[in-house]
Amino acid sequence: MTIQITKTFSLLLAGAALASLVAVQPVLAASPPDTLVEGFAFDDIISVDPGEAFELSTAEITGNCYSMLVRLNPDKTSEVVNELAESWSVSDDKLTYTFKLKPGLKFASGNPITAEDVAFSMERAVKLDKSPAFLLTQFGLTGDNVTEKAKAVDPTTFTLTVDKPYAPSFVLNVLTATVAAVVDKKLVMSKAKPVTPTDKYKYDTDFGNDFLKTGYAGSGPYKVVAWKANEAVVLEANPNYFGEKPKLKRVIYRYMKESASQRLALEKGDIDVARNLEPGDMESVSKKEGLKVTSAPKGTVYFISLNQKNADLAKPEVREAFKYLVDYDAIGETLIKGVGTIHQTFLPTGQLGAIEDKPYKLDVAKAKELLAKAGFKDGLSVTFDVRNIQPVTGIAESFQQTAAQAGVKVEIIPGDGKQTLTKFRARKHDLYIGQWGSDYFDPNSNAETFTSNTDNSDDSKNKTLAWRNAWDVPELTKETQSALLEPDSAKRAAIYEDLQKKVLADSPFVIIYQQVEVAGYSDKVKNFKLGPSFDTNFVYTVSKD
Amino acid sequence: MTVTASTAGRRRARSTKILFDVGRFLVVLITTYLGLLAVTFFIGRVIPIDPVLAILGDRAPASAIARVRAEMGLDLPIWQQFLIYIRQILSGDFGTSVLTTNPVLTDIARVFPATLELATFGTLIGTIVGIPLGVLAAVKRDTLIDQAVRLIGLIGYSIPIFWLALLCLLLFYGKLDWVAFPGRIDIAYEYTFTPITQLFLLDAILQREWDVAWDVFRHIVLPGCLLGYVSLAYISRMTRSFMLTELGQEYVVAARAKGLSERRIIWAHVLRNAAVPLVTVIALSYAGLLEGSVLTETVFSWPGVGLYITNSLQSADMNAVLGGTLVIGSAFIALNLLSDLLYRTLDPRTRAR
Repeated sequence: MTIQITKTFSLLLAGAALASLVAVQPVLAASPPDTLVEGFAFDDIISVDPGEAFELSTAEITGNCYSMLVRLNPDKTSEVVNELAESWSVSDDKLTYTFKLKPGLKFASGNPITAEDVAFSMERAVKLDKSPAFLLTQFGLTGDNVTEKAKAVDPTTFTLTVDKPYAPSFVLNVLTATVAAVVDKKLVMSKAKPVTPTDKYKYDTDFGNDFLKTGYAGSGPYKVVAWKANEAVVLEANPNYFGEKPKLKRVIYRYMKESASQRLALEKGDIDVARNLEPGDMESVSKKEGLKVTSAPKGTVYFISLNQKNADLAKPEVREAFKYLVDYDAIGETLIKGVGTIHQTFLPTGQLGAIEDKPYKLDVAKAKELLAKAGFKDGLSVTFDVRNIQPVTGIAESFQQTAAQAGVKVEIIPGDGKQTLTKFRARKHDLYIGQWGSDYFDPNSNAETFTSNTDNSDDSKNKTLAWRNAWDVPELTKETQSALLEPDSAKRAAIYEDLQKKVLADSPFVIIYQQVEVAGYSDKVKNFKLGPSFDTNFVYTVSKD
Repeated sequence: MTVTASTAGRRRARSTKILFDVGRFLVVLITTYLGLLAVTFFIGRVIPIDPVLAILGDRAPASAIARVRAEMGLDLPIWQQFLIYIRQILSGDFGTSVLTTNPVLTDIARVFPATLELATFGTLIGTIVGIPLGVLAAVKRDTLIDQAVRLIGLIGYSIPIFWLALLCLLLFYGKLDWVAFPGRIDIAYEYTFTPITQLFLLDAILQREWDVAWDVFRHIVLPGCLLGYVSLAYISRMTRSFMLTELGQEYVVAARAKGLSERRIIWAHVLRNAAVPLVTVIALSYAGLLEGSVLTETVFSWPGVGLYITNSLQSADMNAVLGGTLVIGSAFIALNLLSDLLYRTLDPRTRAR
């Protein structure tokens, strides 16, 4: 369906080009002056409980409505800065982290923020064991020991004890993730519902999960007032916020799925910001008077991967040949223009140790030579699972054409996103095109998935990207783990550089580009910026003329 | 004596017949529902999407995946899952939607009025404009007017509504500023206006909030007219063909011979007879619109059933899909019943029997 839409859409563009010859009326502002209205396709939100949510759109909501101990420094993303914490220190054995809280801070409810709330927030996230819980449990926290390992020593002192002497940069980066957002214990527990314990869930309370799915108990610049699936998310300024007060009273994210619809509503002033513009609409918005565009690279990389269960694709020459069969230049200039930049290493720009090497370009002759060496002088045939959404469909079609020049016959199998992902996770694909977004702003997030595969058997519990492509790499796995325990940031960065070079040379991953998030906005909106991660897409600095 | 006895006997015969009719109707109803449920349920289970993936996302640990799979009963055999589901439905529990985390019935109660309002608007337009057009085409058969009506119908039939919707949006909203967008109501009113029936236009009029009513009208008029156009295309073509059949009947010749005016013959006699099958056509077209026009709802950010079910289907959110299908199925059945009833009123022959 999406493909069809895209096709009809290009027809529309042709029509639009004709129609735009008609004189344009002046833009009328219809959105209220104290409210920021964003058009946003937030289909992915399933809950706004920070202990449960792990979706990109929710990260933005949580980032604006909750506070954490520490935050990513938006201007220098390899650093963290304090938020609720006044200071932090780590013990000599690198196992215990002590955080001193700023005194006198309050939640939106008026309750004081204490170390008790911080400890409770970690406890409930670990015990609820929802999607983002692994971020905390990877430090050795479990439902049984979390109250011991993450505890309030006194009202302003919180300590966290980890199980291995991890690099402090790693621990702090993880604590900037939204799962570590601090919730109001008093409020949450007053709304908690009793649960009958089972062997799967051992606790007699839901820790307020049911309430927080659509409710709010934080201390950020804005409060979540309402989330109506596929309709709207409404934020209102938090009068008790401890920092600089937000400039606007309200922020409304209006659910709008179509890029073309967003562009129209933006041009008419019914929305102030359009968040899901496709390249064509982006370009026309950028040329329109009264409108502006902004962009920021995000921690997501797109790749084509080769399943090593397929004996043909497992040959090293084939892996290398495929890297020469992508027309990077053409893709960069057309298909991903404005939404991505060509990037060939697995660490997104901005993360510790990320390198910008781009050794590959389209070279059919070289690929042919490599394929001949692998015994495929007359080419080979593979299937390619592609989700029917742009720009991946376009990239897949481009790859199909360039690969054909080297005698590689690619059969594209289009599918819905969740459908292709299900197949990929079952290792039943030949080629797959997908993306990986960093779970937290630390190189380990991507390294762990691209370069570690602790158990290559079919029933492995650790289904990393390396596993999903049956890439069995014990040495790289060890190297990835060693980086985690390297306390010296420079040495740690060096290990990641080495890993990236190895993946670039020999892996079954053809990494193509890094995502750039774009937004079009009205020039009445001041200070609108997209952050380096989804939870740093702040709206509280925004004002309107 | 004999007279009363036979009346009583006839009465008894009639009440058994009614009982029999009701019984037959119930059997048909139950089998329809069971079939509907079974087909949707099994299609939902064979689509190659892992529903746990939809709930937990791609990054969840293996332990959490196993837990949710057990919670959802996905580790049981399919027939057992189906029985459990039927039992839940019978006790009025439609389950909880994965995507919205609300009970499915709450969700549907929220999205259905939006679709109902839009579909009703569309059907009204389709009927009010479509029938006269069809009559006109039949009466002026093979003239330029007939060709024009055919062309209008053909265009409504064959142009992709998605494309037409965007184009109209560009023209009437973007250039001319005649209509409002996006959604059902302006943000400014969203906080001050409290709907009663959730049919915003009706609510606003009932509460005499004329500025709200105007705003709601400006929101609904474009998607409503677009759906109306699609339904008009169908209704006018069917009207034309029914009219042509009736115009060839002998009673028309008789009426003409009696010297009735042509206008009276067409509107009072021919249309009255053509109206009988037309009722079914209109009901079907209405039911079709009630399914929610996915593309129209997507373009206009209209929070209706079509958008809800499509989104749910793409996430393998089966409770929501099944619940939505049941509601639409019920609407279909109800409309069929209604058209049956209207049939009886319009056609005296069916009443007598």
